[in-house]
Amino acid sequence: MAVPATTSTRRHNLTATARSVVRTALLIVVLAFVLYPLLWMVGSSLKSPTEVVSNLSIIPQEVTWANYPDGWNYIQGLSFGRFFVNSTLIALATVVANAASCLVAAYAFARLQFRLRKFWFAIMIGTLLLPSHVLIVPQYVMFNYFRWVDTPLPLIVPKLLATEAFFVFLMVQFMRGIPRELDDAAKIDGCSPYGVFRHIILPLSRPALVTTAIFSFIWTWNDFFTQLVYLPSPTSYTVPIGLRLFIDSSGQTSLGPMFAMSVLSLLPVFFFFLAFQRMLVQGINTSGLKG
Amino acid sequence: MAVSTAAAARHGDAVRAGPPPRRRFRVSQRRRDEGLAGYVFLSPWLIGLMAITAFPMLFSLYLSFTNYDVLSGFSAMEWVGLDNYRRMFTGDPAYWHAVRVTLTYALVAVPLKLAAALGVALLLNRERRGVGLFRSLFYLPSLLGGSVALALVWRAMFGGDGAFNDLLALFGITGASWVNDPKWALETLMVLAVWQFGAPMVIFLAGLKQVPTELYEAASVDGAGKLRQFWNVTLPMLSPVIFFNLVLETINGFQGFTSAFVISNGTGGPVYSTLLYTLHIYDQGFGEFRMGYAAALSWVFLIAIAVITVVFFSTGRFWVHYSDGDD
Repeated sequence: MAVPATTSTRRHNLTATARSVVRTALLIVVLAFVLYPLLWMVGSSLKSPTEVVSNLSIIPQEVTWANYPDGWNYIQGLSFGRFFVNSTLIALATVVANAASCLVAAYAFARLQFRLRKFWFAIMIGTLLLPSHVLIVPQYVMFNYFRWVDTPLPLIVPKLLATEAFFVFLMVQFMRGIPRELDDAAKIDGCSPYGVFRHIILPLSRPALVTTAIFSFIWTWNDFFTQLVYLPSPTSYTVPIGLRLFIDSSGQTSLGPMFAMSVLSLLPVFFFFLAFQRMLVQGINTSGLKG
Repeated sequence: MAVSTAAAARHGDAVRAGPPPRRRFRVSQRRRDEGLAGYVFLSPWLIGLMAITAFPMLFSLYLSFTNYDVLSGFSAMEWVGLDNYRRMFTGDPAYWHAVRVTLTYALVAVPLKLAAALGVALLLNRERRGVGLFRSLFYLPSLLGGSVALALVWRAMFGGDGAFNDLLALFGITGASWVNDPKWALETLMVLAVWQFGAPMVIFLAGLKQVPTELYEAASVDGAGKLRQFWNVTLPMLSPVIFFNLVLETINGFQGFTSAFVISNGTGGPVYSTLLYTLHIYDQGFGEFRMGYAAALSWVFLIAIAVITVVFFSTGRFWVHYSDGDD
């Protein structure tokens, strides 16, 4: 440090600084590209009908809040409040169902010895890559036969049965990191496999449970495909299905309300992002979970 | 305890011979208990596997040989043999459009998305300050991008009088009506997919952190420039992560639905240009109520995805480099 820098190291530092400036500049350009659509959406939700069509700028010339109440009551006799309630109930039920069922299955895979364990584990990994679109037709026929269509049951019951293999996998990975000595100590103290689950695994798996809960919520909140299939009548619509009603009307009077409701629909996800960003980023690192 | 000590005191020899078999009995009992507990804990998943996954799969294989539609019910269902499959390959003009659109979408959007993810990860990896903030903000579209809201925004942004054309007008270019132009509609979907490069970027970034700096130092001593270091150190060391992202994103790419559905208003148009395979399944099954045909479409889709996965994993060993130390 105290040694005076030679010209060559000074030049080296200079190019290093120049490089760093170029890198930062590039990152800021990419960031602008990434954030523009989001900021434009928020800005457009506050623009007046004359301004909202064909306007590149993010900041409205004149802030209009009217789009929000207009969008909220856009559909005759049915407010977005209903859709938000439906979405919230389904998302919360999914969170609880996923967390409970996947935790239990993961405990079996990660900690217990039983016959065909490896076989079932391989099957579970196989279902990770199974697209839901492949199963939608027969599942629909089945749930339709049960008269479950137009109820939330087809969306929730499968989650109670640990069909989200991603979360089972995530929790298995997590539980493998819990020291086995704790299990052994509990067993010596007379704990059965159920006791080990209750006293060791359940309390220590809290971080994995939180990650599962957050991703379950976001995925269910954003899910469109299954809700579109299983919730055909307007009173059971969720937020994404309600938003879809804006497609048909592309006139300039409905654009503002459409942006307003889009912003509202993303708020819960955005809130989770702000509160748990570190955890979300770690979550995709440990298991490759997609957003 | 008191009783057993008293018993031990009474029949000294018999008890001394006792413990080994009893312990063996207890161990095997414990193992049996654990085996039972294993299946108790596994049971919800196992029921789910049978009832929600395996049975519907087999059922849909059966349906694919029938003309079942939900409206007429099971009484009107007839066995039609290979008719659905024949119709798919020879009698359904939309089918080959769907195959072509899906392949184009996956083959173009996935590499671009991964290239963007890797490029930004490389930029971020060198940075010392602000990495956390940049990383989080780049990741945001991955959380929001799959929603109906963003698809609606895209539709508005790339419409004839949308913001994108305003931008082009600044440079004196008159843009097309992107989402309504069969030549460009799929491209707007691809831009939306690439925009969500954040999730693979986070995974790349974690992978880059694992590359030992000694390797770069050694390469640098050997006179390798930055480009050569990237080619001979970064890429091979990163290949397991690239492979992982490639498999995951390709499978996700094949499953795109929401953006195409919203932007084309469920039609897959204009002129089939955004008719992703999933959209065709939905349209045939839930629009036209041809459940048997939709089941056949699903099975071919499943086989295609399985083949692609197998191809990935069997070619992976030629280019994925696993270092000895970490898995």
